[in-house]
Amino acid sequence: MAPGDGAGRHTEERVNYTFDFGAILQHSDLLLDGAWTTLVLAFWATISGFLMGTLCAVGATSGPRWLRAILIGYVEVARNTPLLIQSYFLIFGLASAGVRLPIMVGAVIALVVNVTAYTAEVMRAGIESVRKGQLEAAECLGLSRFQIFMNIILRPAMERVYPSLASLFVLLMLGSSVLSAVGVEELFGTSNRVQSLTYRNFETFIVLGGFYLALTVLMRFVFWALGLVLFPRQRKLGTAL
Amino acid sequence: MNMNFLLLLLDGLKGTVILSLLTFLVGGTAGFIVALSRLSPFAPLRIAAQLWTQVVQGIPLLVIMGIVYFGPAIYGIFAVPPLIAATIAMAIWASAYLGEIWYGCLRSVNKPQWEAAECLGLTRWQRMSRVILPQALRLAIPPTVGFMVIIVKNTSISSLVVGYAELSYNAKVINNSSFEPFLYFGLAGLFYFLVCYPLSVQARALERKLNVANR
Repeated sequence: MAPGDGAGRHTEERVNYTFDFGAILQHSDLLLDGAWTTLVLAFWATISGFLMGTLCAVGATSGPRWLRAILIGYVEVARNTPLLIQSYFLIFGLASAGVRLPIMVGAVIALVVNVTAYTAEVMRAGIESVRKGQLEAAECLGLSRFQIFMNIILRPAMERVYPSLASLFVLLMLGSSVLSAVGVEELFGTSNRVQSLTYRNFETFIVLGGFYLALTVLMRFVFWALGLVLFPRQRKLGTAL
Repeated sequence: MNMNFLLLLLDGLKGTVILSLLTFLVGGTAGFIVALSRLSPFAPLRIAAQLWTQVVQGIPLLVIMGIVYFGPAIYGIFAVPPLIAATIAMAIWASAYLGEIWYGCLRSVNKPQWEAAECLGLTRWQRMSRVILPQALRLAIPPTVGFMVIIVKNTSISSLVVGYAELSYNAKVINNSSFEPFLYFGLAGLFYFLVCYPLSVQARALERKLNVANR
């Protein structure tokens, strides 16, 4: 059945619905564009969220008292409010205050504000799991403070929480679909156009589900491969820290 | 600040709480079935439960909402009430995550406990209900309370495709006529925080309290 051939649809298809994925896949260039945008968003949000989250975790575990209070407050607020409200607040808020940002920049900012808090919480758990004896041994060996921090605290902490971080960033990619509500043309955002071009809502969402599933598998694979490169100790010994 | 707007926000908060409770009830039941299926001796059931978990966890809640909302149309049902559609979608989504959490809890009950129960000649049902579940429950409570926070936050997504009038939906409606995003989205965020923060604190406290044995 050709897309959008009006009147007959209701009575006929009510009884016997024929799936038409071909109509959706005709617009696969739109969907692939959207999927690429989603990946770009996820990439920048992951990189900056990881860096800032780690900084926050360091500040929240070993910073001065006032800094700790601020960071913990931020983490609690960001973790206990929905991403949708955060992005409405930031993107519509900034626009009403006269700050004109490209929509992609606003989207990345909203995602980073959100994911930094989660990363900070995960990294903090990792940092706090480093045993005191390890630090004392490192000091006795005469390592500098920087060396201790990088090699004795940060790297083992990261290795320990790596699986949680990886699934956090996959969830971030899935969660970025919410940003279609503020007008970002990512994978979910393109669905509106595909729906209005094909009048096939149900199939559109099934195909979208397939696309997201593929992106999830792709990201999990990348994180798995990255884990092999980043943690040679684990690769060689095959044991968890 | 307009009094009517505040009342509208509070009305939205009511919708959020209702949807969260329904999700927890329906999704929890489904999640429990998923968790038990993953321990089933019947391989196809085990594989089906695993597949369900992996697929649902690989799709955003927003897409599940779309599938559930537009799916019934192919059977000629065009007007699914938003609350029903939102509950079904969120229950599907929650069942995968809760199923995974609870499966982990069941699995982490010590192996000798399973074996001892079997040696004593308990049936599978007795072993589950008398030996394993009570011990797994203790492990399951903190992460479950933690997941309730995620449920409350994700009810906000039901304002998008499905259009269920909860807190985010009402906040958006108010913003469309008042143009004060900082004020009204800030207030909506505050309401979410007031619901979620006590749950988060509770989850952490329970974790400390119930984890005495492993400290």
